Formats: sequence, structure tokens, C-alpha cells
Amino acid sequence: MSDAITKRDWRGLVLPLTFLAVWWLITAQGWVNTKLIVPPAGVFHTAVTTLSDVEFYEGVALSLGRDLSGFFLGALGGVALGTLLAVSRWADRLIGPTFHTVRQISLFAWLPMLTSWLGYGDLSKVVFIALSAFYPVVLGTFEGVRGVTQGHAEVAKVYGFTRTQVLFKLILPAASPQILTGLNLGLVYAWLATIGSEFLLANWGNGLGNTVFKGRAAFNVELIIVGMLAIGLIGTIFNRMATRLEQYSLRWRGPQA
Amino acid sequence: MSASADDPHVFPMVPANDQAAPSSSTWFASIFSVLTQAAQRLGIIAAGLILPALIFWLWSVATERRWLPEQILPEPALVWQSFKELWETGELQGHVAISASRVGWSLLIGGSAGLVLGFGMGLSKAVRAYVFPAFDVVSQFPVLGWIPLLIIFAGIDEPLKISAISISVVIPVAINTLKGIENIPRALFEVSRVYKFTLWQVIQRVVLPCAAPSLFNGLRQGVMQAWLSLVFVELLVSSEGIGYLMVWGRQLAQIDLCIVAMLVIGVVGIALELVLRWIETRLQGWRRAAF
Repeated sequence: MSDAITKRDWRGLVLPLTFLAVWWLITAQGWVNTKLIVPPAGVFHTAVTTLSDVEFYEGVALSLGRDLSGFFLGALGGVALGTLLAVSRWADRLIGPTFHTVRQISLFAWLPMLTSWLGYGDLSKVVFIALSAFYPVVLGTFEGVRGVTQGHAEVAKVYGFTRTQVLFKLILPAASPQILTGLNLGLVYAWLATIGSEFLLANWGNGLGNTVFKGRAAFNVELIIVGMLAIGLIGTIFNRMATRLEQYSLRWRGPQA
Repeated sequence: MSASADDPHVFPMVPANDQAAPSSSTWFASIFSVLTQAAQRLGIIAAGLILPALIFWLWSVATERRWLPEQILPEPALVWQSFKELWETGELQGHVAISASRVGWSLLIGGSAGLVLGFGMGLSKAVRAYVFPAFDVVSQFPVLGWIPLLIIFAGIDEPLKISAISISVVIPVAINTLKGIENIPRALFEVSRVYKFTLWQVIQRVVLPCAAPSLFNGLRQGVMQAWLSLVFVELLVSSEGIGYLMVWGRQLAQIDLCIVAMLVIGVVGIALELVLRWIETRLQGWRRAAF
């Protein structure tokens, strides 16, 4: 099964190519309403004009800026809370139940409250993105830190590690695989939250999501498809980068069985 | 555990009376230990309630002293009153019922599509070779990105909601089904070939028992994704449902409605989690009984 992925398998191309061919055929023959199902050539044309437009990149840059700043805030808070909950049984007892209850509130339910408290600007979006990245990072960190063994802790004690040393030389490195998994998931959720908040607040501010959603209002199907592909592409790139980074920063573990 | 083993917060001192239990009467000692255990458990529950109580207290003080305008933070009594009104008129139940039916239909449609895809790709090398590359690319797209396109094709009524939520269910269900089948030891399939199992027998006797935890994982993620997308779609375009209640409250600048909706969303989320956990323990119980 792994050689099906490493070796270029032509069979994987059949489905996308068939899709493209059918798409082209039905639009070229005029069997469907071409205003609704736009021809592929139109999408390509729009893609070229959009990608050579500076405004598009401004929107993308704004979205990415919000996404990353929210992600860093959420990740920082998530690692901190996750470590605290895992290290201190009392913190877990005091904060844990509230955390796990609040976590059950569906993410986007926060947005109306956040906008009424923090306004429609970037602040509420960034806080919302941070919140969505926060949960998976807390869970990953908690799991990782709980997995640190007593033996390691004893060695650290023998060496007379200070608390800071224990945190940075033992706990965080030992928990890094799970923390990185959490961060990876956090990145996915942060991008979801970025796009989602831009759709919901399409009339405020600027960003990739706003561009796409305005395309919907103007019934510009080509622009919607191009925007959707851009959203998917950026998400995929994030995913790939995070996976690479995870492998790279965990190379000290050596090949896994 | 961490290295700060001498930290009393990490390893709390064992209450002294635990060891000092009278040993003259074992009956008394056992009663005593049961009592201390019960007290400990109560203590843990109480500890968990401190933070919510603190937040609630802060909320009431903040509204009492008018630290924030009422349009931004209504007092708890007002929220409770709106909740009661919405409940008594049956409006709240109506919204929840609509949202629940949307999630239910989407789980049914998306879940079965995901199962078919996952089983197809897992059991047949050919299907996998044709479908997986395209599926892999599509599954990396955030589900929400589809919604503007879906609005063009499906309008903004029920079909949009069901299709959007279904798509969000298909992907985790299919991926987990595929993973579960992939991880079944090949030897089991060889044995089933020796026994000349039919396809149905293979599914029933080999695939389902082995892949059950993974299938369950798919269900859990599917439910969570469905709940997430439901609230999103209802916030975006809707005229009923629990998400719409928030939009409505926001438009009327009645934050109390938003808070009620948010609390209801949280309660439903907890209920879903509990149901999933119940299913999981039943699954595991069944697994243990098998060996």
C-alpha cells in the first residue's frame, strides 16, 4: 500500500481527469446553465486575473496575519495550560472540569459574543482564532506531559535541576511529540476559524474569506471557485509544512519502529 | 509526573487521619475508609465547582455595579428569565429540534457515504488506487470553504445545510474507516481466504470486530464536525435553529438570547459527548468479552 503512494500511480489521475472532462463537455455543449456551472476556461481566466491582482494578495496577507497571530497566542496559552493541568493535580481539579465543559461549546458559537464584547475588528477575530487553536494544543500538551515517566523525573532530581530546567529540559522535550501533534491540529483549526470568521463577518474588514464571500453575493462563481482553491491550497501547505516540521524536530528520536 | 516531587501541590500530603484510622475494630476502619473516600470524591467535585462559582459571582457583581453596559453583559437574572420565556413558549425546543434533525440527517447521509468510501478504499486495492489520491486532496480542504459554492448550487435552504454538514461528516468517517481496515493484520484476511469466507463474512467476522475502535473514532469525529458546521451554517444563513437564535439575539442587541443559545449549545455538546462515551464503553465491554 505504501508503494501505491510513493510510485506514481496513473489510476489516481482518472477521477480528476474524468471530472474535468465532464465539466468541460457539459459546459461547452451548453447542456447546463453556464451561469451556474461555469466553464473551466472561465475559472482559469479568473484565476489568472485574480492572481495578478495586488488586492488579492493583500487579502491573503491579512488573513494569514490574523491566522498566525491567533495561532501563536492560542498555542502559547495552550502549552501553558496543558502543562499546568498535567503537572499539578490541584490545577487539574480546579480548572479541568470547567475547561472540559467549556470545550463542548461549538467553536463558532463564541463569535457573536466576541463581536459584541470586542467589536467587529481584528481583535475579536484574532481572539476567536486563538481560542480555536487553544483547545487541541491544551489536549495534546496535557497528554504529552502526563506521559513523562517517574524515572525521568527522578534523574532530573538527581541532577538537581531547577524548576525552569525541569520545564525546558525535561517536560517540554519529553512531551514534544504530543505537543507537536496538538500544534498541528491547532494550525488546522486556526485556518478553519480564520476562514469561518471572515465568512461570517464578510462585511467587516478584508481577507481571503471576505473576497470569496463577496464573490457569492455578486454571483461570481468563477471567483468563488478560485477562492475556494486558494483556501484549500493554503490549508494543504500549512498541513504539509507542519508535518515536515514535526518530522524534522522529532528526528532526534531516530527511526520509529 | 513532573520532577517537582517535593512540591506539596503536585503530591498533596496524605491526610493524617487516613493512617490514624482506629485499627481496634476492622469494621469501624472500613466504614471510616469508605467515608473518607466519599469525602475525597465530594472534595474533588467541589473543587471543580469553585471556578464556575467564581465566574458566576464575578458576573453578578459586574452587572450589579454596572461595570459594563447592559447591552454587553446582561445580568444573570435576565438570562434566566429569557431562558424561561423561550422554554415556556416552546420556541427553544423548536430551535433545538430543527438543529437536531439537521445533524441527524447529515450524520445518516454523510456517515453512510463515508462508510461506503472507507470500506471501498479499504477492502479493494483498485478502488483505493482510483479514488484515494483525489479524496486525499479534497479532504485537506477546510469544509467551510465549500459553503459559498454550495450556496450557489443548493440555495440557502435545507439542502444547503444538510449537504454542508454531510460533507463535514464524510471525511472523518471515511478516513477512520480506511485507517481501521488498513491496520487489520493481513494474516487475518489470509485465514479468511483459507476458510473461503464470502465478502459479507469477511466484513462481519474480520473487518467489523477489528476496525470497531477506529470506526467509533470516525463516528466521534463526525459528530463533533457536524456540530461545528451546524452552528456555523446556522449563523451564516438560516431562519431557524439554535444558531439562528444567536444571530437574532445579536441583531436585536439582546445579548441575553445569545448567552442562552450558547449555554444550550454547550449543554447539547456535553450530552453528545456523554452519549458517545456510553457507546464507547459498550464497544469496549464487548471487545473485552470477546477475548
